[in-house]
Amino acid sequence: MQNNDFVRRFQSPGGDRIISRVMHIDLILFVLLLILCVFGLVVIYSAGGQDLFYVKRQFVFMIAGFILMLLVAQFPARSWERWAFVFYGFGLVLLAAVLIFGVGAKGAQRWLDIGVTRLQPAEFMKVCVPLMISAYLGKRFVPPVAKHVFWSVFMVILPTLLIVRQPDLGTGILVFVSGFLVLFLAGLKKRYLIGSALLALAAVPMMWIFVLRDYQKQRVLTLLSPEDDKLGAGWNIVQSKTAIGSGGVSGKGWTEGTQSQLNFLPESHTDFIIAVLAEEFGLIGVLTLFTLYLLVIVRCILIAINAQSQFGRLLAGSFGLVFFFYIFVNMGMVSGILPVVGAPLPMISYGGTAILTLFIGFGMLMAISTEPKRIRTQL
Amino acid sequence: MEHEAAFSDPTRERNIFVGRIIIASFFVVVMALVILARYADLQVTQHQDFVTNSDNNRVHIRPVAPARGVIYDRNGEILADNRPTSNLTIIRERTKDLNNLITKIGSLIQLSDADIKRFYKRLERRRPFEQTPLKFNLSAEEQAILAVNEYLLEGIKVSARLTRSYPKGELFAHAVGYVGRINERELGAIDSIKYSGTDSIGKIGLEKFYEQYLLGEVGSEHVETNAKGRVMRVLDQTDPIAGNDLVLHLDSRLQQISHDAFDGERGALIAMDIKNGGILAMVSAPSYDPNLFVSGISQKNYDLLVNSTDKPLFNRAIRGQYPPGSTVKPLFGLIGLTNKNITTDTKIEDPGFFIMEGIERPWRDHNSKRGGHGSDVDLAEAIIESCDVFFYKMGIKTGIDALSSQSAIFGLGAKTGIDLPGEVSGIMPTRKWKKESRNATWYNGDTINMSIGQGFMLTTPLQLAVMTSRIASKGNIVQPQIVKSINNKAQPTILLPNASKIDEKHWTYIHRAMKDVVHSTKGTAKSISSGLLYQIAGKTGTAQVISINADEDYDKSKLNKRQWDHALFVAFAPAENPEIAIGLIVENGEHGSSVAAPIARKVLDAYMSNRADREKQLVSKSKILETEQGYLAYAE
Repeated sequence: MQNNDFVRRFQSPGGDRIISRVMHIDLILFVLLLILCVFGLVVIYSAGGQDLFYVKRQFVFMIAGFILMLLVAQFPARSWERWAFVFYGFGLVLLAAVLIFGVGAKGAQRWLDIGVTRLQPAEFMKVCVPLMISAYLGKRFVPPVAKHVFWSVFMVILPTLLIVRQPDLGTGILVFVSGFLVLFLAGLKKRYLIGSALLALAAVPMMWIFVLRDYQKQRVLTLLSPEDDKLGAGWNIVQSKTAIGSGGVSGKGWTEGTQSQLNFLPESHTDFIIAVLAEEFGLIGVLTLFTLYLLVIVRCILIAINAQSQFGRLLAGSFGLVFFFYIFVNMGMVSGILPVVGAPLPMISYGGTAILTLFIGFGMLMAISTEPKRIRTQL
Repeated sequence: MEHEAAFSDPTRERNIFVGRIIIASFFVVVMALVILARYADLQVTQHQDFVTNSDNNRVHIRPVAPARGVIYDRNGEILADNRPTSNLTIIRERTKDLNNLITKIGSLIQLSDADIKRFYKRLERRRPFEQTPLKFNLSAEEQAILAVNEYLLEGIKVSARLTRSYPKGELFAHAVGYVGRINERELGAIDSIKYSGTDSIGKIGLEKFYEQYLLGEVGSEHVETNAKGRVMRVLDQTDPIAGNDLVLHLDSRLQQISHDAFDGERGALIAMDIKNGGILAMVSAPSYDPNLFVSGISQKNYDLLVNSTDKPLFNRAIRGQYPPGSTVKPLFGLIGLTNKNITTDTKIEDPGFFIMEGIERPWRDHNSKRGGHGSDVDLAEAIIESCDVFFYKMGIKTGIDALSSQSAIFGLGAKTGIDLPGEVSGIMPTRKWKKESRNATWYNGDTINMSIGQGFMLTTPLQLAVMTSRIASKGNIVQPQIVKSINNKAQPTILLPNASKIDEKHWTYIHRAMKDVVHSTKGTAKSISSGLLYQIAGKTGTAQVISINADEDYDKSKLNKRQWDHALFVAFAPAENPEIAIGLIVENGEHGSSVAAPIARKVLDAYMSNRADREKQLVSKSKILETEQGYLAYAE
């Protein structure tokens, strides 16, 4: 069939090689992630005030991430499918624990202190939720019937609410979207899509009144007119736009960005790191990073299309799409077209849990991509 | 249908999935384009705007205050200079809760209500991101307290700046004046760029008159600041240019002696170099400490100064207007001689009073016991003994027109043009003046009053000194000035053409008469002649504060001291080759001879001994110079 030939041509060239078979490594993905990590370290060095402190910590997390990814990849995709509910359940327990025992920063309780380091369980839910939903729907009818839709939605909403309660609106939205994308890829019928769109619309005022905290509302209002409050809530957006804009096409040069080096830019090594990159490497830097990201996403989608099971398809597809969504939300908020919510730039922003989570996700993708082919008699 | 399809159909599952992925990819492409368009818009289309924003963010232009010109006396002693002081300032933009911050500061160091009130006033007219001063002249302890707590007090800054200081205190207050904070009225008049580095301006005295020379040129520095306003580095700097230094004719030693000579009396004294018009001493007593005004005077101190009946803030030397009394007699005698109304042989009889035909009320001779100066009183005797009747008679003959027009040449009735602000002109009355100011015709009686320096006539102590100087130099008209050189460039002596056509013999006659005021046994100022190693020419004067009827005696015991006569004295020395002229008044001092003349003697003594010292020094200096040159020549 025409369609299959098209797909086959884009299959991994290394798919049949020994190394990827035995080691369960997707070489293209591996190389892309390596490049992204190096890129991230370079920007973090500059954003962290040209101090190796953050670079060292991030480097350790990245090494741990790669090891974890390869470890995860060694388990067959089926086992992840089977054990999905355990991870999901564990994640929920952690989330509940955060609300009870969590340590806070800046008015929110997001971390769980486990002695060695601090964890952000909400970050883990970014991978646990799509894993759970993919596992749940992978074994069921396509497209999902009402009952399955209901349980899926329930399993998405529950952690989302726990996360928004912390409060961490950004991660909440990302987790919700990651779960919803699985449903969408599983063929969620149009009537559900329209229905959920309407529901979302209705939810906006409800969220405004009951869920959002004052500072979160302020961020939304600030988005609408950041100039109103230049020294207050609008400061972040004004400064990050200035950083991006003043970078121009070619940038001010590495570690030469005045906005970030002189601390005008808030959160420059975490959520706002793209502004540092844009200021110092210009539009060229932004396009380079964006191209790397798109290559990762394309690779994820190809892995999804070539996956041997519905579970693999759903997980890899939703992961690729939600990876893009992270980028969209982060780059959108930093450039002032989306409200400021706590959303790191994947692979680049400083943050241990986020990096580990992403690597776990990519590990699962590698497990999916290197799954032995089933004989497809029907083709 | 659904059920049927549900029985594992991998192809169908896959096809649905691929369909959905295609839809999702479409969204991904659209969203990616939105993001890229946004970044391209910011980084390409709006690039220049953001570059400007970014530079505005980090680069601030800070004015750098120039050092105000230093003021020296003629011997290089400092009369006004700049001392570094620490001030507490607040940058409004860097603090979130201003009131809270001020409360916090108030709990650490002492802040008066006035400090806070003035701070808020200044705050209203500050430039953005400007440091607004809250408290000046922090003590070392206060600086330490603030330094320790600085991290708690966001927005504060302890900044060092140069503050004007007057090391001689009250001694030169009336001549040098003082600087103070720029007030709202001044703010409207000044060039805000020139003053961007400073918040003070000359308010009075030389500080005001020479403001444009003293100020200097403001420098600037481009500094890169971080988000908290901390200066990270200076990008480039244009150095300020210090103001011009002034060297004055004033002599600290002479000034000190003149000041001390008043010894608690109120009054004024001007000592002037006859050759170049340089003011050697200028006293207005009592004085005040100009340092009080520099950083804003407290209301309490200000009230004390303003409400004092002694009026310490009032510069009597150039703004006090007093009847000159008998001190004008030598001048009027000269005018009489020149106009041939009298000759040196003219003699009159003085019965002790003068009666004008048609006027019942006689004019007394103030300076004699009943019975008068007797017969055969000539001009010299009239000056030496200060006989009024001679001048009453001469005055009538000469007439108001000649008296006032020729007195004007000697500086009476007009501003002398001294380099100080606020000088007043005194009054040298004319017919026209009386018509305009009193709407009355001029009577002979007015001329009679005026001919002994009373009536409408008013002069400032400065004018008396100028008049005396012009008599002493035989008509050379030099403008008085305090500043000798600006930035080592000598100020030219302002010489005006000699308009008086007075015979040399008349000059000699008057000079001799004035010398005899001091040196003759009959002279009214003979008391100061004892032990003199040089000759003084002078003239005493008494100015009535209240009028006494001719049939009454002036009895000071019946009067409040504030109603006592003013005592005046004018003098020049040495009499044969005049160098210095003095005009002085002691308010309610009673008699020129007993109170005013001794002050002049002290000042002249000091001047003459200074001169002797200078000559000695000059000789020894030239010797040293010679030896040095010889040594250098040898070394080469």
